[in-house]
Amino acid sequence: MTKKATFKNKESVVIKFVGDSGDGMQLAGTLFSDTAAVFGNDLFTFPDYPAEIRAPHNTLAGVSGFQVQIGSEKIFSPGDLCDILVAMNPASLKTNLKWVRAGGIIVTDADAFNEKALEKSGYESNPLEDGSLDVYRLVKAPVSSMTRSSLSHLKVSARMAERSRNMMALGIVSFLLNQDLDATFKFLEDKFGSRPQVLELNKTALSAGYNFAETIEAIGTTYKVPKASLKKGTYRNISGNVATAWGFLAASERSGRPLFLGSYPITPATEILIELSQQKALGVKVFQAEDEIAGICSAIGASYAGSLAITTTSGPGLSLKSEAIGLAVMTELPLVIVNVQRAGPSTGMPTKSEQSDLLQALYGRNGECPVIVMAASTPANCFYYAYEAAKISMEHMTPVILLTDGYLGNGSELFRIPQVADLPPINPPLAKANDENYKPYRRDPETLVRQWAIPGTEGLRHRIGGLEKTDIYGTVSTDPQNHQMMIGIREEKVKKIAEKIPPQKITGEKTGDLLVVSWGGTEGSILTPVKALQKEGKKIGHAHFNHIMPLPINTREVLQGYRKVIVCELNNGQFVKYLKTEFPEIKYLQYNKIQGLPFFTGELTELFNKLIETEQT
Amino acid sequence: MISNRILQSEQELSKEDFVSDQMVKWCPGCGAHAILKAIENVFPEIGYKKENFMFVSGIGCSSRFPYYVNTYGIHGIHGRAAAIATGVKLANPGLSVWIATGDGDSMAIGGNHFIHIIRRNLDVNILLFNNQIYGLTKGQYSPTTPIGSITRTSPHGTVEHPFVTAGLVMGAQGTFFARVPDNNIKMMTEVMFEAARHDGTAVIEILQNCIIFADGTHSQVTGKEVRDDYQLHLKHGEPMLYGKNKEKGIQMKGQKLQGVVVGLNGVEMEDILIHDRYEKNPGIHRMLGKMGPPVLPVALGVIRSAEFETYDDMVEVQIESAREQTEIKSVDDLLKSGETFNVT
Repeated sequence: MTKKATFKNKESVVIKFVGDSGDGMQLAGTLFSDTAAVFGNDLFTFPDYPAEIRAPHNTLAGVSGFQVQIGSEKIFSPGDLCDILVAMNPASLKTNLKWVRAGGIIVTDADAFNEKALEKSGYESNPLEDGSLDVYRLVKAPVSSMTRSSLSHLKVSARMAERSRNMMALGIVSFLLNQDLDATFKFLEDKFGSRPQVLELNKTALSAGYNFAETIEAIGTTYKVPKASLKKGTYRNISGNVATAWGFLAASERSGRPLFLGSYPITPATEILIELSQQKALGVKVFQAEDEIAGICSAIGASYAGSLAITTTSGPGLSLKSEAIGLAVMTELPLVIVNVQRAGPSTGMPTKSEQSDLLQALYGRNGECPVIVMAASTPANCFYYAYEAAKISMEHMTPVILLTDGYLGNGSELFRIPQVADLPPINPPLAKANDENYKPYRRDPETLVRQWAIPGTEGLRHRIGGLEKTDIYGTVSTDPQNHQMMIGIREEKVKKIAEKIPPQKITGEKTGDLLVVSWGGTEGSILTPVKALQKEGKKIGHAHFNHIMPLPINTREVLQGYRKVIVCELNNGQFVKYLKTEFPEIKYLQYNKIQGLPFFTGELTELFNKLIETEQT
Repeated sequence: MISNRILQSEQELSKEDFVSDQMVKWCPGCGAHAILKAIENVFPEIGYKKENFMFVSGIGCSSRFPYYVNTYGIHGIHGRAAAIATGVKLANPGLSVWIATGDGDSMAIGGNHFIHIIRRNLDVNILLFNNQIYGLTKGQYSPTTPIGSITRTSPHGTVEHPFVTAGLVMGAQGTFFARVPDNNIKMMTEVMFEAARHDGTAVIEILQNCIIFADGTHSQVTGKEVRDDYQLHLKHGEPMLYGKNKEKGIQMKGQKLQGVVVGLNGVEMEDILIHDRYEKNPGIHRMLGKMGPPVLPVALGVIRSAEFETYDDMVEVQIESAREQTEIKSVDDLLKSGETFNVT
């Protein structure tokens, strides 16, 4: 392949591949990302697919997409507006045009813009011809016919050939970004090595697309995103859901407690169940339960029997698990409940992300029922928060709710691979066989943690359950004083964990004009505008919370350091409500978005600037 | 003594090894007392190490059971004993897991878990206290209350068709089903031993009397004056005979079971069905399970005990074979598997 003489260096580029659900956009996007990663770019990806598996062909409902931002600096999000949109049919162009920045490149399959498809997607005239796309750089590639003709020598049916359209489109994008096709070829070989014909079709289509782009003059300038300066180490691209699953595997290995997952499939949490089902070789026991309740109850049983027990779900499933979480609180057993949040209420928008289960996680149970609540904030750090959730849960004999969301779970970024031995040790408080002093609710005076006495162990037979128990002995009790005391102990035990978690960090100075407060999956989309404003010299800071119940011990201090505090959330104001209860003396502003979309850099920059510039609080 | 993968006790155990220090708070005259007694009888006989017994329960009178027997135990939440027990058994297949549940707990609020644990054939034993009433909430009708019964919530009589437990269990592909009256501790003890010996989900339906809210609900079967004619005590390999002098028997006529008198109307001993509890085809077991007054006796004892693979065994086998086939031996191996790249 000849190298182009001129290209422009760019710090980052956002590309989105969109097409019909069956057009192979996820594969094209993944291959593109992996190739960029091997070259040395940092990246963040996000698949965007409809809830329907295969909605009718060429319809707006059936559009599936894959967005990726690659960069030569640290990349915190999949980006807002695309620099390059690859649209394989009119429907995908129609639904995604609003996400292309003015002057951006649109690559289309011109063959797919036929009368029938245009009509189905509601176009009255062909946008490729009517001038409506004049503000963009339009690449009208006859992808379908080119794919067929370039593959004609391989003697396959037209239908078979057309399945490689995605590779033809990827070839064009690879040229536009001066990507090295050798790496992409290698990924294709790994994927299709056992099917030589499919491999050949895909490789040929990929090269054909690249050559086409090189030949036509319409392309103009191409771009190159230089290598990012990443910390030395071994990396891989990882999604939040896989990272969550692996974090638990690591915690199991490090603690010596076998891993058990009881779960029921639910979007967007199912990937964790799928991933752990594939890791039986590491001894994990995965139980696909008959419902959400059985998922958590089986985990409680496994926890009593000595396993690191997990249940995974999304919002509606968390509602179903509420009663059982109460049982885990009462029995003081370790248990991690992962809630990959999605837009609610009820079934809501299953494939869209939201942060609206925070209050449910904090308070959604009968009785005084405190649990630890934590939230991961990037796809890769799902690994570390899953690990920490497991550690806290086992060491403190208490359920932990770990919140992630669809954006984190399905999104992916580069993950620097750690060594399990370098992770913090996990020491569950196991009771010793034949310990004559063992009592089910005897506690460590410092941490208030009871011991974990595992069935089968000699000399420790005991019963626990959902009824209130006397302290130390664990016999059933309705004694008024005992109940109040036990409520106090359970509360105190959870609060004490604040001493074990790291203090809250601020990105920026300790004091200033505007402190942006956020939690969970929005870290990347808030950090991008905050860092840009800091570069301009603005006195803005960012406190992003991963520990929510309990809050880090220095939280008050963090909130007091700034003239204005704004809490940004993808809900109607749940974290701010919680902060108001905990620290009522602080004056809070809030910014809430609840559209199934992430925050965009543009909207936040404008908002933050306005707040910094205005005097009054 | 039963020998399988569950560790056996090195010492001889006795009833006292399983008596708990808690006050038993069931009503005097409640059928549950007999069940507790039978458990205390049978656990030493089963012979597992006492720490390897485990009780799980849901909510209701029956579900206080774990507090009254000295084993490891969880008193769970309403209807979920089967789900909790599934986690216990999968996490540690070396435990002998027993579930204490009632008709409401297992077949109303916990109906879903009940049919699925049976379908999977998890190796646990379920003691189903069927008193045909909600006791702990004071007398509402349950899924097994006979149609027309007057209860606190059916002042004009229930208009619901009740479950026949045997039918539900075998419909859910149950591999073991037994039925015992609460006033026959000997039979109960024998059946519990057989349940423990069975690999798979063993359901024992105990026809239990609730002296307060449904007194005499099973008296048509358990009453002294009727029991000879309405109890068929099944024994594997033996003809199905009942009646005071075992003069009556069960015969297959056409596609139905019928009660006949041996020696009358040309019926001979060889016409009487021989009980085969190990038969895999549940056809006759289902018919036996549904049988009952006023025309036929109720089948008691082990009705079905068919051998099928257990869920917990299959889980273990898959893990073993996955371990043998993989090169990923640790989480470090996993983290480095697939597409990775180095930054130097």
